[in-house]
Amino acid sequence: MEYRDYYEILGVDRDATQDAIKQAYRRLARKYHPDVSKEPEAEKKFKDLGEAYEVLKDPEKRAAYDKFGSNWQNGQDFEPPPNWDAGFEFRGAGYTGGTDEDYSDFFESLFGRSGYRTSSSRRGPLRMKGEDQHAKIVISLADAFHGAKKNITLTRAEVDDQGRVVTRPHNLQVTIPKGVIEGQRIRLEGQGMPGIGGGPDGDLYLEIAFADDPIFHAEKRDIHMELPITPWEAALGATITVPTLGGKVQLKVPPGSQGGRKLRLKGRGLSTAKKQGDQIVTLRIVVPEAKTDEQKQLYRKMAEIMPINPRAHLG
Amino acid sequence: MTTEHMTVLTGTVLDEDTCCTLAEVCRMCGVPADFILEMIDEGMLCPGGTSPREWRFSALEIKRIQTTVRLQRDLRVNLPGCALVLELLEELDELRRLYRMR
Repeated sequence: MEYRDYYEILGVDRDATQDAIKQAYRRLARKYHPDVSKEPEAEKKFKDLGEAYEVLKDPEKRAAYDKFGSNWQNGQDFEPPPNWDAGFEFRGAGYTGGTDEDYSDFFESLFGRSGYRTSSSRRGPLRMKGEDQHAKIVISLADAFHGAKKNITLTRAEVDDQGRVVTRPHNLQVTIPKGVIEGQRIRLEGQGMPGIGGGPDGDLYLEIAFADDPIFHAEKRDIHMELPITPWEAALGATITVPTLGGKVQLKVPPGSQGGRKLRLKGRGLSTAKKQGDQIVTLRIVVPEAKTDEQKQLYRKMAEIMPINPRAHLG
Repeated sequence: MTTEHMTVLTGTVLDEDTCCTLAEVCRMCGVPADFILEMIDEGMLCPGGTSPREWRFSALEIKRIQTTVRLQRDLRVNLPGCALVLELLEELDELRRLYRMR
């Protein structure tokens, strides 16, 4: 079991006042709240903060914790000495706040767990629905386009045969329906935390995020890509083979196209049975470099034969 | 509860077509109807329809309700505060999206 330095987690000194601890907790809780924070480890940090505060905000628990002394380092291997909690009466007293599914082994071995068997006043009646779980799932654009089955692993707390709480990896295979878009959520009923006292299990929400793609990017249902073309293809028109998430298609570039022109391939975006997404192709004209005299001569001839002032609108 | 290894689960996508009744959102989000009424009063939800019976809630509104529940529970933000936070978060998401597309 690893020692947890609750003072370090909250960033306060060991002799901090209760007010200073409260202020530090509130400041950091706002910073790392999973709904607000984009920090990669926000959810874990938020839980750690809740656990640290659960101990340090309660003078009795704090005093018991302080008995271990200040020589321990966060993460150091730790076993509490026997009868360390003699004289304290917090064990089994239940919790007053926080989400109590995810306290560390360290916390639970010291302060016990109210968890599933008893309920604190905040949680109301004994029978209740388990907590919902939220997770992000990163998929490729191809998976979103075609639909897919994805394996995911979540960590969750479970109660074992002896009534102890253990964390176990929870493997799921989930169907990603065709045509999901970024930010949408898939709700898996009953796949969240177990219900309490015979209550229904919570739900699992998977939020869709897209992995970066070297060619395409999605904007809601539309798939965007940039298509490099030559000046003569732009001027004279051409039929060009273009990749889409569903395979290659022929795209007609109309004569007289300028760079930045957007061409729409209908129905080639993220579509479902009811909603259609398109692929939007933005033309980018690549100008050939004039290296030889002959090539330079050709540009000069163009200037002569087809003069143009592209800056006329600038006055 | 352990789900049988590798059972393929199929969920419901909360998308543009999602529309839930008052009873459904209350069950889904674990909140009483009064909570939803307060959020409507605060202008955080616009379920349309003239009577609660006709109200329908979108996927975005379900997310708003769930975020509000967590903000109140974890950070003790009051309802007008939650409304402000939600607006700012949605604006931030939009700006991040535009920034990524550059």
